[in-house]
Amino acid sequence: MLLQHAATVGAHPLSGTAASYVWLLPLLPLLGFVINGLLSLVSAVHLGPDDPSASHGDSHALSHDSNAHAPDEGGAHGDDHHPVARHRYAAITSLIGPGVLVLSFLLATAIFLAMRAVGSHEPFIQRYFSWMPVGDLQIDAAFQLDQLSMLMVMVITGVGTLIHIFSVGYMVDDPGYPRYFAYLNLFVFFMLVLVLGSSYPVMFVGWEGVGLCSYLLIGFWFSEKANADAGKKAFIVNRIGDFGFLVAMFMLFANIGALDFVGVNAAASGMPFGGVLVTTICLFFFLGCAGKSAQIPLYVWLPDAMAGPTPVSALIHAATMVTAGVYLIARSNVLFSLAPAAGLTVVVIGALTAIFAASIGLKQWDIKKVLAYSTVSQLGYMFIGVGSGAYVAGLFHLMTHSFFKALLFLGSGSVIYAMHRAYHHTGNHEDAQDMRNMGGLKKYMPITWALMWAATLAISGIPPFTGFFSKDEILGAVFARHTGSTLAEAHWLGIPGGTVLLVCYALGLAAALMTAVYMTRMMLYTFHGPNRSGEKEREHLHEAPWIMTAPLVVLGVLSVFGGWFNLPSFFPLGPVGALERWLEPVVGEGALRITKGAPLELAHGTELMLVAIAVVIAVAGIALAFARLKPESLVPAKDAPAEHGFERVLANKYFVDETYDAAIVQPVVATSRGLLWRGIDIGLIDGLTRLLIQSKDDDSAPGTTVPMGGLLPRAVGWMGSQMQSGLVGTYAWVLVVGVLFVLGAFTFR
Amino acid sequence: MTHNNLSLFYVFLFYFFGLVAIISALVFVTRKSPVAAAMWLVSVMFSLAVLYVLLDAQFIGTMQVLVYAGAIMVVFLFVIMLLNLGHPSELADARGVWWKLAAGGVGLAMLAQVFAVTKAQVPAAFVLPENSLANQVARDGAIAPLAGPLFHEYLLAFEVTSVLLLAAIVGAVVLGKRKERTNAR
Amino acid sequence: MLAESLFFSAVLFTIGVIGVLTRRNAIIIFMCVELMLNAVNLTFVAFAQVYGVAGQIFVFFVMTVAAAEAAVGLAIIIALFRHRQTVNLSNINLLKG
Repeated sequence: MLLQHAATVGAHPLSGTAASYVWLLPLLPLLGFVINGLLSLVSAVHLGPDDPSASHGDSHALSHDSNAHAPDEGGAHGDDHHPVARHRYAAITSLIGPGVLVLSFLLATAIFLAMRAVGSHEPFIQRYFSWMPVGDLQIDAAFQLDQLSMLMVMVITGVGTLIHIFSVGYMVDDPGYPRYFAYLNLFVFFMLVLVLGSSYPVMFVGWEGVGLCSYLLIGFWFSEKANADAGKKAFIVNRIGDFGFLVAMFMLFANIGALDFVGVNAAASGMPFGGVLVTTICLFFFLGCAGKSAQIPLYVWLPDAMAGPTPVSALIHAATMVTAGVYLIARSNVLFSLAPAAGLTVVVIGALTAIFAASIGLKQWDIKKVLAYSTVSQLGYMFIGVGSGAYVAGLFHLMTHSFFKALLFLGSGSVIYAMHRAYHHTGNHEDAQDMRNMGGLKKYMPITWALMWAATLAISGIPPFTGFFSKDEILGAVFARHTGSTLAEAHWLGIPGGTVLLVCYALGLAAALMTAVYMTRMMLYTFHGPNRSGEKEREHLHEAPWIMTAPLVVLGVLSVFGGWFNLPSFFPLGPVGALERWLEPVVGEGALRITKGAPLELAHGTELMLVAIAVVIAVAGIALAFARLKPESLVPAKDAPAEHGFERVLANKYFVDETYDAAIVQPVVATSRGLLWRGIDIGLIDGLTRLLIQSKDDDSAPGTTVPMGGLLPRAVGWMGSQMQSGLVGTYAWVLVVGVLFVLGAFTFR
Repeated sequence: MTHNNLSLFYVFLFYFFGLVAIISALVFVTRKSPVAAAMWLVSVMFSLAVLYVLLDAQFIGTMQVLVYAGAIMVVFLFVIMLLNLGHPSELADARGVWWKLAAGGVGLAMLAQVFAVTKAQVPAAFVLPENSLANQVARDGAIAPLAGPLFHEYLLAFEVTSVLLLAAIVGAVVLGKRKERTNAR
Repeated sequence: MLAESLFFSAVLFTIGVIGVLTRRNAIIIFMCVELMLNAVNLTFVAFAQVYGVAGQIFVFFVMTVAAAEAAVGLAIIIALFRHRQTVNLSNINLLKG
């Protein structure tokens, strides 16, 4: 029987409760994938001769300077490349797609309540079958249910449900609607496998799966090459990270012999502190994180991923998939706590990424690109958190970020939807995502405006909004650990850890300032000031339908009140440190090792001062943006002047893509084409093949060739034909020589 | 004839006709004219017939003269005459010097090997008592020792050979026929 | 007499082989083949004296087959001559290829 409910030692207290149905959590989205996939396969949408797409002109304007950028088509509503043709089974998909997610979320809630009631500190492991029994290695297909995985499940299913509902409104008129939901459901399935897996290999299945779904969804409108290229780029860059993950797993197995979390954590305590092995394993894991969670140097795929539909950007590239890296480090907290050098590396890269991406975001004109770089920057924050051992802070930020970033993306989706509608009605071919074409949308979309301001305030870190609590906790944690923690005592490339942490704290503050600035800039250019869309377009701008606005409202509430999940002690509006207590059984060991046994508490005064600094910076950023940025001085994108100097560098993302292309891609392509293809494939292998078979022009059918024997058969044939002279005398000779040989055999026996 | 110890006359005859056979063969091989070559081959066959008789195979010797020299060589000569090949060929019939040398070398090699092979030992169980064949011939006459096994143990081969001869006759007739030109299709 | 017979037979056989290799006239070659057959007959007869009458029976059959072979072979040569007007084997390469 497939479902063998074998818990860990003895029967787990959760065994009889809703938790025993944890296998149903990922199975529901998988079912949605199957149904939607079948619907998509079963019926193709045939475009007839009087299709609205035929009336449009060609060459949708891709007049952007940025490379690999294809604008999100604003849902599906008529464009020469994405004709309006509602799928025959759209109604079924609209029911099943979000429906399975709702069911999953309800089940997750039930399990969560059961877990809270039981309050066990042991993970609940449900083993289904033995997946890879190979010699010493025993990998089971099993799910592990503990506080950490439950937190992730709630975020995934909760935010996922809202995004699925939003997608119904956004994508319903797309001809590929069932395919979209199939992929989206498949993604949720893999993400749940990722967070529920009880061992690194099972997690890796989910890891790879979400990468696949990301590729499928980014390149959803693959008929446009730029979209397909973006999908490819995401997948390939992810792969580099996956290599790191794999190597780390190999090293784990080679040295410990176990790959399940329980086993690894048990064995890890026997490993030497700060040893080369543990550090290397952690660094390779972090390579995987850098790929999946878009840190330096593997972040380049995330801005390009904006080519996919906006709900995809919200779900995958803001709330869930990119957080997998953070989850990995939190899950491996025991390992990371044993390798302070690796922890410092994580913090440094996180901080650098945060400020690097924030600086790019200051000068982007595409609204989704601003949000993309913002995501990269905020992910940097999360890594600062988990890298410095403040796992709760990092995971808290993960949760709050999923709220407000999803809200921001979905809100921008509403904006783009409205802009596209307007452009469709007037036949405009401008870029609907360029902020220079927007402006003053507050008048036309007030609900979206208000909600996005809520998210902006949250992400900037203004109290009492969500982001304030999580970001402040991270920065506070980093500051606190700069003395008296194992990280502070370690060294990173020769620099003492305390100094490193302080520098990263400063970088984090700077990035916070920039965050406030670019987010306010985005709001100013999009919603405030005069409208630059055009006279006729203005008439068609209006709020999105309620099915798209309702999830925004829910997310807005969460963005405002989400901080309640983990209130700090100086802000006791409700239960203090709820999340911290919830996660303690899972991450407590690692966190305590880093803080050397006792939870690190800042002096009350210091803590308040840090909070004040953070708030001041946030407010200053917003004020700076209001003061210096004049939306009135903007012109529509087609008339915009070219950038100069450092602004140009920022607008072109520091030319990182171009550098990668020149330094890595072109040499690889050149080597492949010149050496591998021409040299080895055509020269060597085809040469060897030519020994056996060649082509000769067919005289009976000019232009075609027929096969003929190559060098080897012709040589052998020539030798043979020499022997077949037709002269009997020659044959007699051969006979006699043969007789001599036979006699010789008798003679020399 | 019976001979326990061979008389000088016998040995002399044996060697003499053996020599004649070899010399005739050599001359035969070097003749330009096919008729001359045929004649010398007949000489070889006669010599061999003598040798057969000396080896207690009187019947075989007789058959050699009657069939080989008398019938087969006659057929050869018939054909030579028919095709008017009696004259020495205008072109040199034999091949060049190198060829002949090579052929000579090969021949010598073969001779040497054959000699080596003849040194092999046949198991003693097969060897019959001395003079057994001669005694048989003296007892039953020349033909009987041959005819007995021929119609008993080797009867099948005998019958098959008759079929072979039939096939050969038919084949020779068919191959020798002139094609008739028929206009009717 | 066995050894001497074998000697004679070997020499005759070799002469026949040399003749086959050296000559170009089809009829001469054929006659050389007959010489070889005769040499073999001598061998058989010599052995028959020592090992039993089966040797002579073998000679009997060899002669029969030689006769049949001569008949057919000459018929072929006649047909060849009618076709090509020559019996010089250097010029006949119908088996070529």
